[in-house]
Amino acid sequence: MSKYAIDAQHISMKFNLNSEGVDSAKEYFIRLVKHDLHYSEFWALKDVSFKVKKGDRMGVLGFNGAGKSTLLKTVAGVLKPTQGTIRTEGVIAPMLELGAGFDPNYSGKENIFLYGATLGFPRSFLQSKYDEIVEFSELGDFINTPIKSYSSGMRSRLGFAIATSVKPEVLILDEVLSVGDAAFKDKSEQRILNMMDDGVTVLFVSHSTERVERICNKAIILTKGQLVANGDAADVCALYRAMVRDK
Amino acid sequence: MQRIKSAATAHFNNFLKYRFLIRELVSKNIKLQYRNSFLGVLWTFLQPLLTMIVLAFVFNNIFGRDSSKVVNYPVYLLCGRLLYQFYTSATKRAMGSVRKHASMIKKVYVPKYVYTVSAVLSAFVTFVISLTVLVFVVAFMNIFKIHPITVTWRVVFIIIPILITLILSIGVGMILATISVFFKDVENLYDVFTLLLFYMTPIVYHVSRLGFEEGTWQIRLLKLNPLYGLVGMFRAAVLWGTDFVHYWDMNLMYYSLAFSAVTVIIGFFLFYKYQDKFILHI
Repeated sequence: MSKYAIDAQHISMKFNLNSEGVDSAKEYFIRLVKHDLHYSEFWALKDVSFKVKKGDRMGVLGFNGAGKSTLLKTVAGVLKPTQGTIRTEGVIAPMLELGAGFDPNYSGKENIFLYGATLGFPRSFLQSKYDEIVEFSELGDFINTPIKSYSSGMRSRLGFAIATSVKPEVLILDEVLSVGDAAFKDKSEQRILNMMDDGVTVLFVSHSTERVERICNKAIILTKGQLVANGDAADVCALYRAMVRDK
Repeated sequence: MQRIKSAATAHFNNFLKYRFLIRELVSKNIKLQYRNSFLGVLWTFLQPLLTMIVLAFVFNNIFGRDSSKVVNYPVYLLCGRLLYQFYTSATKRAMGSVRKHASMIKKVYVPKYVYTVSAVLSAFVTFVISLTVLVFVVAFMNIFKIHPITVTWRVVFIIIPILITLILSIGVGMILATISVFFKDVENLYDVFTLLLFYMTPIVYHVSRLGFEEGTWQIRLLKLNPLYGLVGMFRAAVLWGTDFVHYWDMNLMYYSLAFSAVTVIIGFFLFYKYQDKFILHI
């Protein structure tokens, strides 16, 4: 057991820009014959190293296309970096595009168990959290209807309720605090603050320096895939505001 | 050696952690398959029964007359068709499994083979449920004395071809899942292949009806297909329990087992080699 929840060493992530376009064998062979397969490379992350101590809340700041989402995905283990290593400890609850992973034909109730199992939790554990999840999501009787008839707000609320009720060690937040109406926003922010008191580690992506300052104690700035600042939230946020002014 | 051992332990622990997910995915596939259909799970029973009736009706006059070879044509047909259906539905579901769960794969880390393996397992569960059709048809035939079949205790040997088919399906499924992420065309190609497989495997006919002598290259070619031996073993256990040793081909059993084991190894190797690139293509 180390004292770091996230330990990223020299991670780089390369994408081949055209590669996504070729998804039929015919197209592949035509391009192969024409020698048209040379992809243009794009480095979304370049040699990024940082550590997050257990219980720290780290804000990730950066302009659009700076590589923030790519970074979160590598931390979540969804993307494997082209170079470098990333080590994480404990259960990670990634709250990227909340509710995007539900099965639309499954009811809310069934999706709770499915999503919970995806995070690695057994049915018995989820059963014990079930009432809490339903109550927090404010879905009431809708919990037994298929997800496909839910509004996007209802889906997000359920996703948020599941991901936070299972008490993960690391939370990855991608602007999800804007879920639901004003009352639910307050409630979810309160819940995250409570989890912080319990020592959860948070990685929080935002454009708003106020929010980062309110929630985080540490912060980093990414510019074009490179780490340009790493330190206490207040200092880094001040630097970021200066960068925004100069842009 | 130590490193291999610790890597194996880590993999096994990871598997244990996600066994709940495998169970959830299997039960989801089965629940959703017939949700909103009036007869529900009964279709698992009805579908093979009705297919058997249609095939028996169409082919009985051509292939069903040779009763010394096939004993009871509907049961003969059903044995082959059930195993073939299990293999094709397992591999087809496995092929699409990674694409189907794209939204999840892009979001949460899960060992990706979990999706492919649970696709095969849900076809397996459906297959096991559909075995009741076999029980039903055999009972029906024996009660009404239509080409009655003497079922002996050796029927338990059906477990061997079933397990080998399961291994084979996982292996082929892994290979197909990997390829289909990069080239979706393989899905259409495989449809044609399974049709070919249906006629290459003695399902509706008995191999003696083809008119080739044992040992000719045509028969050897047919036996290269692992399903040839698997279907044969399945039938030996169900239909020929009284003359089991004569009908159960040991060489074909070893062959199909070796074939399946090698396929699984290739499947996992390919899958592991390319799985980190899946997310860029789905």
